[in-house]
Amino acid sequence: MTTPLANYLIVAALLFSVGLAGALARRNAVLVLIGLELMLNAANLNFIAFWRFGPHAERLAGLMFVIFSIAVAAAEVAVGLALVIAVYRHRRTAQLDRLDSLKG
Amino acid sequence: MLNEIIFLLCASLTLAGAVAAMMLRNLVHCALCAAGAFAGLAALYLQLDAQFVGLAQLLIYVGAIAILIVFTIMLTRGDEVRPGASIASPLWWVGLPVGALVLACLVGAIMASPSLLRLPAGAVHAPVRKIGEALMNRYVMPLQAVGLLLTAALLGAVAIGLREPRDAESKTQ
Repeated sequence: MTTPLANYLIVAALLFSVGLAGALARRNAVLVLIGLELMLNAANLNFIAFWRFGPHAERLAGLMFVIFSIAVAAAEVAVGLALVIAVYRHRRTAQLDRLDSLKG
Repeated sequence: MLNEIIFLLCASLTLAGAVAAMMLRNLVHCALCAAGAFAGLAALYLQLDAQFVGLAQLLIYVGAIAILIVFTIMLTRGDEVRPGASIASPLWWVGLPVGALVLACLVGAIMASPSLLRLPAGAVHAPVRKIGEALMNRYVMPLQAVGLLLTAALLGAVAIGLREPRDAESKTQ
């Protein structure tokens, strides 16, 4: 008796929504990046769940997607956090609503 | 039965960590809760028989990305939110309905597809040897591209993070 696929999909949907709401509602740039990571992880969970329950699991397509997606997420978070540090060095703040120089 | 209990434990750890990471006030607590959420996801991957991805998730997310986030929080420590000030952005009331709307759409779509519930979980066997063979044969071009991407990201992060020369810094201030 295994847990059905829909349960994993609902967990992934909840995780995605939490990440999205957090990324849109928090002021701190680091927390927005954490929200993005949560959304990427929700997509990864969907890939793994569909790989596990779908046909042709032996071809490993879902697993490969997740491996490459983790690598891309690692690259993204490294550059993103470097940007946060660079912005902080210039403006002495990591609060996104105070970075409003381009606002008309 | 045991499988379901393990699933519930992992899922609640993941979701509680994610919610706490997005709601807590102290940034270090947020980073720790996010690491907990990543660990719960790794447990879910292990439960889905994806051992390699589960362990990679532990190594990369809990090991590397969480540490990177904590470092960034420590380095941008100067503008902590003063007690009483809001931690939410001025437009937070837009973000929450958007999240709720997306959740409603996704759950509605999942519930509306009854075929999902009937998919059998076949016996899968994905040893590291097979993953390595696939990476070296069928997926060798994506692997090279990821190597290039990681090199570019490494150089880009170093270039962005480098302290600029003194004159450039004085010009911007």
